[in-house]
Amino acid sequence: MIIKGRIIKEGEAEGEALVSTKPIAFLGGINPKTGIVIERGHPLEGESVSGKILVFPHGKGSTVGTYIIYRMKKLNTAPAAIINEYCEPIVAVGAIIANIPCVDMVDISKIKSGDFVRVKGDTIYVNE
Amino acid sequence: MLTKEEEAMLNGEMGEGVQKAMEIIVALGKIYNAKELIKVESAHISGVSYKNLGDEGLEFLEEFASMGVKTIVEATLNPAGMDMESWEELGFSREFAEKQTRIVKAYERMGVKATCTCTPYLIGNKPKFGQHIAWSESSAIIYANSILGARTNRESGISALASAITGRTAKYGLHLDENRLADYIVKVKCDVKGVSDFGALGYLIGKIVGDKVPYITGIKIADLDELKALGASMAASGAVGLFHMENITPETKIKKMIKDHAEEIEIENLKEAYETLNYDIREIDVVSIGCPHASIEEIRKVAYMIKGRKVKSQLWITTSRRIYDEAKRQGLLEIINEAGGKVIRDTCIVVAPIEELGFKTLATNSAKMATLSPSHSKVKVRFGSLEDCIKAALSGVWNDN
Repeated sequence: MIIKGRIIKEGEAEGEALVSTKPIAFLGGINPKTGIVIERGHPLEGESVSGKILVFPHGKGSTVGTYIIYRMKKLNTAPAAIINEYCEPIVAVGAIIANIPCVDMVDISKIKSGDFVRVKGDTIYVNE
Repeated sequence: MLTKEEEAMLNGEMGEGVQKAMEIIVALGKIYNAKELIKVESAHISGVSYKNLGDEGLEFLEEFASMGVKTIVEATLNPAGMDMESWEELGFSREFAEKQTRIVKAYERMGVKATCTCTPYLIGNKPKFGQHIAWSESSAIIYANSILGARTNRESGISALASAITGRTAKYGLHLDENRLADYIVKVKCDVKGVSDFGALGYLIGKIVGDKVPYITGIKIADLDELKALGASMAASGAVGLFHMENITPETKIKKMIKDHAEEIEIENLKEAYETLNYDIREIDVVSIGCPHASIEEIRKVAYMIKGRKVKSQLWITTSRRIYDEAKRQGLLEIINEAGGKVIRDTCIVVAPIEELGFKTLATNSAKMATLSPSHSKVKVRFGSLEDCIKAALSGVWNDN
């Protein structure tokens, strides 16, 4: 399956999809040292986002989340790419400063956790 | 649609740092469906306190500064987490001070003026009516939009920095005429007097209107300190970026600033604000005046009230360096110091690590501070007039009348 989105941060990456139906807060929601989701009750609680194609509706929470994304990149715990339904500024700016490919305007229900996903520019290849 | 120069920035022809800054501006433009970018006259940048930024932010800023980026428009800086000069005597830790200093230095290397104040409009970064700017710091944003009639969205520190470097912002939101019209008409039916009352009013309005634009009627007179307090608390309890006040704020004098189907609300009294923002505490560790940073008039008022007396609790008046120097020149600093009070530069109680300093209870005339401090700094708060606060400073306890 090929899906077209909108480029927020141009780039290329591939990996296993990790899909959340709920928004993600990077500050307080993910431990930047391990890349593991720590928000209690979150659908991805306990999962590692490191190296994954992280798929979620949009970001939430503190704007400091932008810097957490940057930190994760430095610590090699960041996702390989981000796919959003609707990207908001915390994630957009975080992806840009951390050089993480980021695409939005995507119907994320078409992607399942475990799918093999490749992001190239505005194009998303799912199990291709 | 980008101009040639903007394209060049985005393509990296002006360096990697400028490219990143432009990528941020363009991405925000996409997110908010802007058709084009516009030039900005000034930027004001938040995200300075090490308490808020942490090592993540420090790391990013130092690396960004190393890319050689430079601001191309007037750019001022929000408060830091400490007085950059007398942090040691105020009890800040050396580790905090070292990291805080690195943050401010990184901004300075990029050409940002280390003004360390949330009131840039009081010290020279004062945009003119109708000018487009890119400001962060919610209280400064709402002041610039409402009281000066300049135009800015509620930028984050990093997007304001990107605007300072590119000289651009995306044209959407409050940059556009149609989005500056009020969604709510707020009819004020009670007396509103002094900074704390205006703050209380702002608190109530912000709770109701959220991120919409209110048009306030029923206020006949308001000074700039009162308007500063009103906006600050509205931006803190809600996410208001612009308000209008009939016959007082500039845009209302030019045209009708209300949408056709604006919702009307009435405010009968300020009781709810005072009740919600007051904790049942008596002993006061610190009285805090200057959120947003005190003007010279506010410092003068405090000096007159405590002249020749002695405070029992700590008294912190937070302000910018520029106003601090002016207070010194006018002899106000001496009066306040002799009474045992402190005028503190570059920071405020919201962004300083006051837990580290051992403060557990606080009194303030700022509704913004009373809104934020209980969650942000884990202190219990008393909120009242300047007179009540100074009485508490002199006696060490809060007295309900």
